[in-house]
Amino acid sequence: MNIESSIWKKALQNGLIGGVISLLLGLVGMVSALGTTYLISGVITMGQVLVLAPFLFESYSSMRHIPSKNPLTLLAVGGLTGLMGGAVIAVVVGFGKVVDFRAVLINASPVLFALWTFGLPLLPGVLVLLALALITGLIAAGFSLLPVRIRGALSMAILIVLALGLFRDLIVTVIVHWGFMQYAFLWIFAQVGMTIPGALVAFLIVGALVYWRSGVNQKAVTQRRTPRQQRAIRWGTWGVLAIIVLLLPVVLGMYFSEILDDVGIYILMGLGLNIVVGFAGLLDLGYVAFYAIGAYTLGVLTTTEAVGLLHLSFWGAVPLALVVAVFAGVVLGLPILRLRGDYLAIVTLGFGEIIRILVLSDWFAPLLGGSEGIQRIGHPTIGTLVLANQQQLFYVILAGIILTGFIATRLKDSHLGRSWMALREDEDVAEAMGINKVITKLLAFGMGALFSGLGGALFATKVGSAYPQSFSFIVSINILSLIIIGGLGSIPGVFVGGLVLVGLPLVLSQFADFVYFIYGASLIFMMLSRPEGLWPEARRRLELRGEESGPSPQEAPQTVMKNPGH
Amino acid sequence: MLRTWRQRITLTDIFIWVIGLVIAGAVIWGTISTLRLHLYTPSIWLDLTIKGLALGGVYALIAMGYTMVYGILKMINFAHSEVFMSGPFTAVYVAMGLAKSGMLNKQPIISMAIIAVVSMGVSAGVALLLERICYRPLRNAPRLVPLITAIGASFFLQYTFRGLFGSGSFGYPAIKALQQYWTVAGTHIYKTQVVVIAGAVMMMLVLFGIVQWTKIGKAMRAVSEDKEAAELMGINVDRIIVFTFGLGGASAGAAGVLYTFLFPVVNFYMGFIPSIKAFTAAVLGGIGNVPGAFLGAIILGLLESVGPNLFLTGLGIPSPSQLKDAIAFIVLVLILIFRPTGILGERISKDKA
Repeated sequence: MNIESSIWKKALQNGLIGGVISLLLGLVGMVSALGTTYLISGVITMGQVLVLAPFLFESYSSMRHIPSKNPLTLLAVGGLTGLMGGAVIAVVVGFGKVVDFRAVLINASPVLFALWTFGLPLLPGVLVLLALALITGLIAAGFSLLPVRIRGALSMAILIVLALGLFRDLIVTVIVHWGFMQYAFLWIFAQVGMTIPGALVAFLIVGALVYWRSGVNQKAVTQRRTPRQQRAIRWGTWGVLAIIVLLLPVVLGMYFSEILDDVGIYILMGLGLNIVVGFAGLLDLGYVAFYAIGAYTLGVLTTTEAVGLLHLSFWGAVPLALVVAVFAGVVLGLPILRLRGDYLAIVTLGFGEIIRILVLSDWFAPLLGGSEGIQRIGHPTIGTLVLANQQQLFYVILAGIILTGFIATRLKDSHLGRSWMALREDEDVAEAMGINKVITKLLAFGMGALFSGLGGALFATKVGSAYPQSFSFIVSINILSLIIIGGLGSIPGVFVGGLVLVGLPLVLSQFADFVYFIYGASLIFMMLSRPEGLWPEARRRLELRGEESGPSPQEAPQTVMKNPGH
Repeated sequence: MLRTWRQRITLTDIFIWVIGLVIAGAVIWGTISTLRLHLYTPSIWLDLTIKGLALGGVYALIAMGYTMVYGILKMINFAHSEVFMSGPFTAVYVAMGLAKSGMLNKQPIISMAIIAVVSMGVSAGVALLLERICYRPLRNAPRLVPLITAIGASFFLQYTFRGLFGSGSFGYPAIKALQQYWTVAGTHIYKTQVVVIAGAVMMMLVLFGIVQWTKIGKAMRAVSEDKEAAELMGINVDRIIVFTFGLGGASAGAAGVLYTFLFPVVNFYMGFIPSIKAFTAAVLGGIGNVPGAFLGAIILGLLESVGPNLFLTGLGIPSPSQLKDAIAFIVLVLILIFRPTGILGERISKDKA
C-alpha cells in the first residue's frame, strides 16, 4: 500500500524534474538553436529530441524504483512520468500566451513556442505535445520490459542513427573522397541529416549487427585463438589505427584538420594534467599558466616582429620554452606543494590569473605585446619545408601526443608512478614508507608544466600568434573537464574526453554557444552518477565503486583482470 | 623530534623565506619611493581608502558564505561566485521594474529594501538548490569529487544565466538619491559608498548575532566543531547545513546588491573575480571564522584599492591599477604559504584541507 503510493509520487516527481530540465533546455536557447537541425530529414530535428529526451530519461529512471514487474504498472508509471513532464511545458506554453516572458527571458521567443507546439495553434499544439510526452514515457516503460539483448541492440541502433544524422557534414566530407564508392553511401544523407530510407537501413543494419554480436561469447572466442593469432590481431589493429590516424588530415580537409589540431593540443595537455591530477592527485586549476608561458616564450623567441628576442627557429625555441615552463612549475610548486586538496586548487588558480594579468599589463607590454599580443610566430621546418598549414601541423602535434602518451604510459606503472599514487591515497603513510614528498610532488608538477608548455608552444605556432585572451581560466577548466569525463588517471580516457569535449563542440558548431553549459552539466552529472569517467582506470573504478557499496564479488575480479599492468 | 635545527630547515623553507623577503623588500622599497615622489595628494589617498573600505565590505559579505560553509562541511563552495552573481541579476530586473513604475526615485529607501530582500531570497534559493542537488549526495565522497562538482555547477549556472538572460551587460538604473556626495577634505564621498559600508556593517552584525547568540547559531558552531558529537547531542545536522547555505546565500545576495551600487554593470561572468577575492579574504582572516572574514575582507579591500598606487608606483611600474587583481591573488598565495591559518584562525587548515 505504502509502496504503491510512493511509486506514483516518485513518477510525478521524476516527471516534474524531466519537465523542468526540458524547459531549461528550451529557455537557455538550445531547443530553438537546434530547431532546424534535422536528424532525419523532414521527420525529427535535434531540437525536438532535446524537448523529449528528458522525459524519456526520467521515465526510464522511474522504472528503477518499481519492485513489481507487472507490465501494466510499468507502462502506467512511465506514461504518467512522461505526461507530467509534458504538462510542465504545456503550462508554460499556456502562460506564454498571456504573459510576455520575453522581457526577461530572451530565449522565450515565438520560435521556441512554435517548436514546443510543433507549429500548431495553441490547443492542438499542446495536445500533440502532451500526447508525444505520454508516448515517450510509454516507450521508456516498454523499453524496460524488453529482454536485455534486444534492449542493447535497439539503443545502439537509435544512438548510431542519431549520430549519423548529427554528423552528416563530417561524414559526407569524408566519403566524397571515396570515388565511385561514395554513391553507395551518399544516398542515406539528405541536405540536412539523413533520408528516411537511409535512417531505416542504418537502423536495421546496426541493430542486427549488435544483436548478432551480443549473442557471441567474446571471451570464448578470444580464448580459442592461439597466442600468436592474438598477437597478430593486436598488431593488425594497431597498424590499421595508425594508418587511419596518419591519413586523417588528408581525408578530412583543411577545415576539419584545424579542429583535429585543436583536439590534438588538448589531448596532449590532458595527458600532462592527467599526471598531475590523475596520478598524483594534485588538483591544479592554474594549468593554463604553463600553457601561456610555453606559448609566449615560443612567441617571443621566434617572432619576426620588433617585440621579439633572439629570433630563433621553431626547433631552437621549443626546448627553451619547455625549460621556462618547467622552471615556472618548480618555482610555483616548491612553496605550495605542502598545501593539500582545495587550497592547492585555489592557489594554482590564483597563479594562472596572475600570469594572465601580468601578460595583459602595460608593465610587460614592451616584451609581450600587452593586449595586442605577439604575431607572426615562427613555424616548424623540416629541411626547406615549412610546416605552416593545419594539415601539416597535425603531424607535429601527433608527434607531441605520441611522445607524451609514451612517457605517461611508461611513468604510470613505474616506481615514480607508484609513488604518486601512494601520495594521492595517503600522504602521511606514503612518507612513512620512505617516499620523498617534496621531490615526488615536484616531479609531477614539473612534468605537468612540461607538457602544458609543449601544448602552448604548439598552440602558438598553430595559430601563429599569442593573445592574452587565449589563456583565460576557462582553458584550465576545459582540460580538467576532459580528463575527468574521460576518467581520472586513465590514459585512453584522455583521448575519449578530448574527442568528446573538444572535438564534438567544434564539429557541431550549432552547439558552440552551449559548450560550457553542457560542460558544467556533464561535470555535475558525471560526479553524481559515474565519478570514474567514461573510460575509467581500473584501480580508481574499484576504489570509487568500492567506497560506495563495497566491491561486489562478481565485479571485483573482473576489474582487476582488465588492468593491463598485471 | 631529536633532529637538530639544521636538519629541520629544508631547502624549501629557505626558498620560501627568500621569496617572502624579496616581496617584503619590494613592498617596503616601493612604498618609500612612492611617498618620496609626492605624486598623490592626501585627498587621493583618502578617496582610495574609502573605496577600499566599501569594496572590503562587499567582500566580507561574500566571504561569509565561503567561511561558514567551510566551517561546517570543510569544503570550498566553488559555485558561491554564482550564488553571488544571481543577486545582482535579480536586483537589476527588480530595479528596472521599479524604475519603470517610477517608484525607484520616489521612494528610494523602500525600493532599495525591496531590491535587497528579493535578491537575497533568490541568492539563498540558488544556494539551497546547489546544496540539495550537487553537494548533499556527495557528502561522503572523496574530497576532490564535490570540488569538481562545484566547478561544474559554477559553469552550469553561469551559462544558464547567459542562456536565460543574454550574454550582454546590463546597466543598473540610476538611483538619484544616491548620486549626491559630500566633500570632506577635498574628497568626494559618495552616498553610495556610505550606503555600501553601512549596509555591509549592518549585515555583518546581523550575521554575527545569528551565529553567536541564537540557538541555531550555537548549533552551527557545534556542527562545525564536531559533526558526529553534534548529531549525538540531538542537533539535526542536515537542517543546520541547509540553514548555513541559505544564510551564506542571502549574505552573498546582499553583497551582490551592494556591489552593483559600486559597479553598476551586471553580466553573467561578474561573479568570478569578486568571489575569488572574497575567498582570499576568508582565508586571510582565518577560514571558518566570522569576524576573521570581516577583518580579512577589509584588509584585502584596502590592499587592493590603495596597494597598487602605494607599492607599485615607486617601483616605476606603469599603470599600476591594472595589477590590482594580481595583488589580491599574490596575497592569497602568500597567506596560504606563510600562515594558512589566517590572521584569526586557530584551526590548522593544512591538516584538514
